[in-house]
Formats: sequence, structure tokens, C-alpha cells
Amino acid sequence: MRGPECVGAPFEAVAAGQPFYEPSLYTVKAVLILDNDGERLYAKYYDETYPTVKEQKAFEKNIFNKTHRTDSEIALLEGLTVVYKSNIDLYFYVIGSSHENELMLMSVLNCLFDSLSQMLRKNVEKRALLENMEGLFLAVDEIVDGGVILESDPLQVVHRVALRGDDVPLTEQTVTQVLQSAKEQIKWSLLR
Amino acid sequence: MIKKFDKKDEESGSGSNPFQHLEKSAVLQEARIFNETPINPRRCLHILTKIIYLLNQGEHFGTTEATEAFFAMTRLFQSNDQTLRRMCYLTIKEMANISEDVIIVTSSLTKDMTGKEDVYRGPAIRALCRITDTTMLQAIERYMKQAIVDKVPSVSSSALVSSLHMVRMSYDVVKRWVNEAQEAASSDNIMVQYHALGLLYHLRKNDRLAVSKMLNKFTKSGLKSPFAYCMLIRIASRLLEETEGGHDSPLFDFIESCLRNKHEMVVYEAASAIVHMPNCTARELAPAVSVLQLFCSSPKAALRYAAVRTLNKVAMKHPSAVTACNLDLENLITDSNRSIATLAITTLLKTGSESSVDRLMKQISSFVSEISDEFKVVVVQAISALCQKYPRKHSVMMNFLSNMLRDDGGFEYKRAIVDCIISIIEENPESKETGLAHLCEFIEDCEHTVLATKILHLLGREGPRTPSPSKYIRFIFNRVVLESEAVRAAAVSALAKFGAQNDDLLPSVLVLMQRCMMDSDDEVRDRATFYMNVLQQKQKALNAAYIFNGLSVSVPGLEKSLHQYTLEPSEKPFDMKTVPLATTTVSEQKTELAPVASSKLPEKLAPSRQDIYQEQLAAIPEFQGLGPLFKSSEPVQLTEAETEYVVRCIKHTFASHMVFQFDCTNTLNDQLLQKVVVQMEPSEAYEIVQYVPAASLPYSQPGSCYSLVRLPEDDPTAVSCTFSCTMKYLVRDCDPNTGEPDDDGYDDEYVLEDLEVTVADHIQKVLKPNFAAAWEEVGDEFEKEETFALASVRTLEEAVNNIVSFLGMQPCERSDKVPENKNSHILFLAGKALRLFVWASCNIVICVMP
Repeated sequence: MRGPECVGAPFEAVAAGQPFYEPSLYTVKAVLILDNDGERLYAKYYDETYPTVKEQKAFEKNIFNKTHRTDSEIALLEGLTVVYKSNIDLYFYVIGSSHENELMLMSVLNCLFDSLSQMLRKNVEKRALLENMEGLFLAVDEIVDGGVILESDPLQVVHRVALRGDDVPLTEQTVTQVLQSAKEQIKWSLLR
Repeated sequence: MIKKFDKKDEESGSGSNPFQHLEKSAVLQEARIFNETPINPRRCLHILTKIIYLLNQGEHFGTTEATEAFFAMTRLFQSNDQTLRRMCYLTIKEMANISEDVIIVTSSLTKDMTGKEDVYRGPAIRALCRITDTTMLQAIERYMKQAIVDKVPSVSSSALVSSLHMVRMSYDVVKRWVNEAQEAASSDNIMVQYHALGLLYHLRKNDRLAVSKMLNKFTKSGLKSPFAYCMLIRIASRLLEETEGGHDSPLFDFIESCLRNKHEMVVYEAASAIVHMPNCTARELAPAVSVLQLFCSSPKAALRYAAVRTLNKVAMKHPSAVTACNLDLENLITDSNRSIATLAITTLLKTGSESSVDRLMKQISSFVSEISDEFKVVVVQAISALCQKYPRKHSVMMNFLSNMLRDDGGFEYKRAIVDCIISIIEENPESKETGLAHLCEFIEDCEHTVLATKILHLLGREGPRTPSPSKYIRFIFNRVVLESEAVRAAAVSALAKFGAQNDDLLPSVLVLMQRCMMDSDDEVRDRATFYMNVLQQKQKALNAAYIFNGLSVSVPGLEKSLHQYTLEPSEKPFDMKTVPLATTTVSEQKTELAPVASSKLPEKLAPSRQDIYQEQLAAIPEFQGLGPLFKSSEPVQLTEAETEYVVRCIKHTFASHMVFQFDCTNTLNDQLLQKVVVQMEPSEAYEIVQYVPAASLPYSQPGSCYSLVRLPEDDPTAVSCTFSCTMKYLVRDCDPNTGEPDDDGYDDEYVLEDLEVTVADHIQKVLKPNFAAAWEEVGDEFEKEETFALASVRTLEEAVNNIVSFLGMQPCERSDKVPENKNSHILFLAGKALRLFVWASCNIVICVMP
């Protein structure tokens, strides 16, 4: 089976030494989320820059070592542009070719962060994220597809992911869950 | 006690990961509940999440277990839980490459992509295209076309992006969707617009006219999406480059107009495109530079970084264009993002005046330890460029470099420093001793074998010619005692060079050599024994041949010849003379200062141009038995640019023959040429042996035909000859659109420019690291002295360049560099003619004609 997830690197296909790169929609090489020990919570590589898990982990380690102490948003590592952002115990990274428009990569990073922030009700930290892993998987799937930026508006992403945790049939909810959702519904109706 | 335990447990649990101790086998076991009825969406969702999490962590799934889990998962399509269904799509995508028979979900996905639930449709399309192949794609083609023009943006975008992924596999199918993509491009949604533009370009990129039409349309109508604008700018600058369009073209105007776009992303893309254009004048650069200057004070780090990185690139070619930004760049030196600070400083180093160098260097050294290796390399490259610009500053630089050499850093970084020091030494003879001293200190504690051997080689070459060579001996011999085999062997070779060149050091070198003969490694011992014996002869010729000027053959060529020899065992010993010579040795090649090395791949020893030709020619049956290829010339154009047919010739010289390779390109799209030969009429006693025609030459596909010529044997001095060339061929007219040729054709011919064979075609460049020794080795009886007047030449540099290109020999000892303000210069040249070596020492004197 072929893999469009691996179609990447059309930039590098152009002969070296040529200052221009093949115009292409393939923008993102990888999206990573690491915890405050540098451990991988989420990693999606869209091309063959790091084909094996071993190389990926080595790259993640390098990235984390170079970035976790400074909060400076952007860096150049191993010939790749890395834009990043940290919040409490989470580190978000979007990686692209060093020839890529840095602001495009930044828009992906911001969209990912803002979407998660809405989905987790501003509570962007490791524990909340791990409890909503499926939300994260779906969100990234809506933001980047095989290296192409699919959507950059967090509102759209949240809308499309449409996580409706309250949809579970009543029989399967525990008493506390029912109470919790009842409470929230009352609160919302009051706020309106 | 219990309380304490609880607390500890909670602490470690608070940040811990509920997925941390997942066992693949346990999760797959759990996946069995997929088969239970009724489906429990919440539990199933949790298990799917676990499976994807494991895949994401890089856990390996075997085909059988993956297939089993996949088939169990397909049952979940019965549930109508939205999130669960979406997770199924994700699982399909993740498992598409590891599970077998994933196509069984095709019908479920097709149903979802055409169904009523908008939330399902986009993701279903993306999952479906992930498991589809060309034949199946035709079955869903109708749905894809509908989806592309769907009014729901997420559906349309998903279909467009998936189509883009499919282009590589099924170009012919996706090509039929151009009209739908065209329609989508006028959508109101910014992402749909962007994706449609990307797909359209991808389908049309080989058709320059279509691309140009498309650009024209979109640049006029205007787009909403900043992403689409960036894409348009890239396409426009690509087209500008391909057509070599002047900067008065409407495309350039479009890019320049984007500098006033309201999105920073677009403005930056436009500025970057202008900066990267070849041959941009300072005036054209100015507007781009001024927007970049504005970005330098942006509160967004990414924007400041992008701006200063691009300015850094401008500064490489047009330092003066950036001087206006010097003040803004100065402010960035203290930026909290060290990458930005480094780029700012290195840019200033390029644009600043000589007086600011000291201050800037001091500022860099304050934070150089905090930045990543990539940027340290950038700093070193900036210093290297600076040394060439202000040679007088070399002592400051040298100090700085030696400090950097002592710091921690990876191989690339150290190599950049060593290369930089070596280039300073070569440019400034007065810095040689300090430079060598720093390098000696470095190899005392150097973990990189490649660098240590490189430095030892340099010490062997340069050390003996310094005023006090004895001080290097200690450093070199320390390596013999302490290092790995490769370094020890290199140290022995370096020692031998000291012994061969300095008579007063010879006794002590011989003593050290004797010790090396007791080494535990074979190579080290062999080298020591060999050099010991050569040195004891005390003969200059031997020293020159075996110690100073070692192998001059090309390494890939040697490898191939040896391999060939082992394949065909013969009684004859291996003949070194059959190996092609190295054209230029690595040490002489100037390392190009690329902005930031982006290649991560290990450097491969590329076969030289000549090795490639040798292989190509050997594959042609007519040219067998010509012996090894001696030399291949640079291509010579035999037609004007922009004519109907473009022909260039490469001259290959063999022992007693020459092969002329004509690379022909047919630029007429309504003609197919067949049986193409280039007929040649020699002016001297050269004999045409055979023509090898190019069978057919379709539009824009280059092809080669060959002519084989025997060199005149009786007159070895008749080296130069002029050939008049005519290309003869059979023309068949054809339909420009389909390329379908007519049945019958007619003969035609086309006159080419004359082709010259000169002295240079018979001489190959060889590099002799120690020219004097090689010169001595030959002796006086073969020497011939003559004087020529070079009437048309005005400067020494011009004379040097002309002599080098006329004789086709290799300048040695950097003697092709003419010092300033001199009126005489000695040029050393080395070369190899067909059977013998040639050395030339040219004393060029400028005579002022009265």
C-alpha cells in the first residue's frame, strides 16, 4: 500500500544548488508534543526526513535539549526550521524545511495550540491532554493532512472535531457524571 | 506510614501518563470487545485511542495482529457515535500500511463520504484516498469530482488535498479533475482556494504556458487566502526564473505588489522571493529590504527571525543594500532568542566596517556557548568571509577561532573551524605559524579522527617549510603514542615529510620512525618501514616521488580498476598507469560557504565527471578496445543559443583515438529527427573512423551521437586540429500536440560551428603538492626553456588565466594567485600528457612597450 503520508520532501527533489524550490503545498514535516521530561506524547512525521523511530527519538531529544530552557519561539535545528511553544508541562513543536515560510509554520502551531486550548477549556496541561487524547488526534488530523495545511482557523478545527463527550447514553454514565453534566447544563442555562 | 506512601504515590501520579505502561498485547486483547453486541462506544473509543497512541509511540505491530485488530474495528461502523466513527477513520489511516486487505472498508467509507453527516464526509474522503489504488480510484472518481466542488469547505478541501496526494500515483485520473479544481479555486473559503491552487499548479507545472495563464488569471482576480498568495508568489518567482524573465515582467510587478499585502505572511514571502532572485539589482532589492527592516522590530520572534535570516542572505551578495538596517540589527544583538542575535551579528559582520569587527567579535564571544551548533557554524562561516575581506584582522579572528576550538561542540562545528583556520593560513602566509600552533594544540585533545588526520596532513605539508620545523615534531609524535590506528598512520606520514625536507632533523626522525616500526597496527608499521627505507637512501628523487607527492589517481577510478582486475585474473601485475588521474584533489577545492548546511545525508564520494563518462562510453560497443579514457573536455557549444537545434560537444581523448560526443536537443515541437550524425571534416591528418548516430531525437529530449577519430601516429606534434561540422538527419514532421510523426520523412542538414582540438585536450591536470620536489626529481636534461610574447594580454592575472586554460595544466602551490602590485610572477603548472608527465614553471614579466 502506498502512503501519501510519506509523499513529502518534494522540496529536496529539486537539484541542490538551485535557489528556488518547487512550489508545493507540502509545508509541514512534523508535529510534535513532548512533556517536560522530553518524552513523546504525540508525534506525527509527514515525510522521510527521519524514517526510523530511533532517528525520530534522537531528533526529539535534540530538539528538547535545545529548546526547553528558553522560551524563544523559533530555532534552526539539524537544518530544519522548528517553531515551538510551551505551556506548563507541555512542549508543542511544528517542524518544516529551512526554506519554508516561518510564518506559515507559526500559523499551524498557533492553530494547534488554540484549538487544544478551547477543547481543554484553557486547561492546556499534560494531565488534561492525556484525558483527551482522542481530541488531540482528531484535531491534528484536521489541521495537517500528509504535510499539507488543511485548516488554520482554530474555531473551524474545534467545530469539525465536534467532540461531544456528553453524548454517551444515559445508561452508561456514572452517577457523578450525570450530576456533573446536569450541573453544567443548569449553569449554562443560567448564564444565558 | 501509609499516609506517606499515599502522598508519594499521588505525587508521582500527578503528572504521570495513564498511557505510560500500556502493553500492546493487553490492548489487542481488550480490542476483542469490538465484537460484543451492543457496542459500547465509550469503551471502544478508549481502546482505539490506546491503539493509536501505541502506533504513535512507534510501537511495532505485526501484520497478523494489525489485520486482526483492523477487522475487529470494522464492526464499529455499526455504531453511530460520532467520535468513535472519526477514530475509526484515523485507525484506518494509521493502519493502512501495516494491515492487510484494508480495502474492505471502501464501501463503508464511500457511504460516509456521500452521506448526510457533514462531520463525516471530509475525514471519510481522506481515509478513503489513503487506502485506494489507481483502479479503485476510477470507481470513486464520480464522487471525488462532486466532493471537490462541494459547498461545504471541509469536504472540498479534503477532496482537493487527497487528490494532490493521489497525483503521484494516478496522475492520469486526477488530471481529469482540472475543471472541478478550477471551479473550487473561485470558492469563498480561503483554505479551499489555497488547496485548489496547489492542485492546479501540481497538475500543470510541466506546461509553462498553462502555468503562466493560471498566474495571469489569479493575479488579476485577486485571492482572499494569504496561503494562496504565498503559493502564487512561489509559482511566479519559479516561472520568472525558468523563463529568465526580466524584472520588468508583470510577474515581478505582482511579487512587488505583494509587499503591500495586509498579511505579514504574504509580505514576507514576497520579500524573500525578491531576495532570492538571481541578478537582482540593489534598486530592486530596496523595497524588499525595507519591509524586512520593519519586521526586525516586530514583537513576534518568528517574524524577527525570518526577517534577519533573509537579510543575512542579502548581505552575502549585496552587503551595501543592508547597511541601512545596521541600526535595527544592532538592537537585535541583545535579542533573547539567541538564533536571532547570532544572525544579526553575522549579518553585521558582513555589512559592517573594519573598525566594528573587534567590538562585534567581543559580543559574539559573550554568548557563543549558548547557541546551537548550526548557528555556531554560521558564525564561523561569517568569520571566514570576514577574513577574506579584511586580511589584516586575521590575528583577532585567529584568537577567536582558537577559543571556539577549545569549547564543546559537534563534528560539523569543529570541522567548520578547522576549515576556516586552514583557509586563513592559506590566504595569509604571516598567520601560518599561529594557525599551525592552534591546530597542534587542538589535535592534542581531538576525538574526531577525520579532523586529526586532516590536520596531520596539513602539518606534514606546511610544517617543514616553517622557520622552526622541530617544534611540530613533538605534537606529531605524541599522536603516534596516544591515538587510534588511522591517526597514528597519518602521523607517521607527516613525520616522514619532515625527515625528507630537513636534513638536520633527519637523524631524529629516523629514530622516531624506528619506534613506529614496533607499532601494533599493520598499516602504521608498514608505513614506518617504507618511509624508513626511503629516507635512508637520502635521494631527492625518491623523496619527491614517494613521500611528498603520493598517489595522484582518482580514488573511485582506482577502486573500479582494482575491482575489474580481481574479476579478470591475469598473469600481468596490476598497472597503476591504467587508472584515470584525479582531476583536482579535494584539498584544492574551495568549500563553498553555504548559508546553513541543510543536507543531513552523509556525504558520499561522488564519482568524478570523467568516471561517469568512462562508464557511458564503455557501454557503447563501437568504442570498446580504446583503452582507458584519458581526458574529457568541458562542453563546447556548437550552436547559438535559441536556435532550432542546440548542439554541444564534449571531446574525449583516448591513447590513440578521440571520441567526440555531440549532445543534441531538438527545440522544434513539430519535428522528429532520426538517424542524427555530425559529419566532420578535419584540417589535419586526423582520420575519421566511425560515426555512431543518435537513433531518434524527439522534441526537447536530448540525445547523443558520437564520432570516433584516430589521432595521427606519425606526427606527434600535430596536436591541434580544426574540424568543420555538419549535422545530418532525417526529418519527420509531427503533430505538436500529440507528438505523432508522419510516415515519411526527408533528409536535411544543419551547419554547426567549427570545433577546435587544442593542446589542452591532450593534457590532464595533476596536482603536485610539492612542486619544487617534483621539478628537482626530473633533472636538467629534460628541461626546455623558451620565451613567448603574450601581446594581447594586459595584466598578470589575465596572463595566468590564459596560460592555464591554454595548456590545460594544474596550477600548483597556489601560484595561480597573483599578489597585488607586482610586475612579475612565477606560475607553476603540472600536467600529464598521454604518456609522460609535464611540468612548467612560467616566469611572467610585464614589459611596458615604449
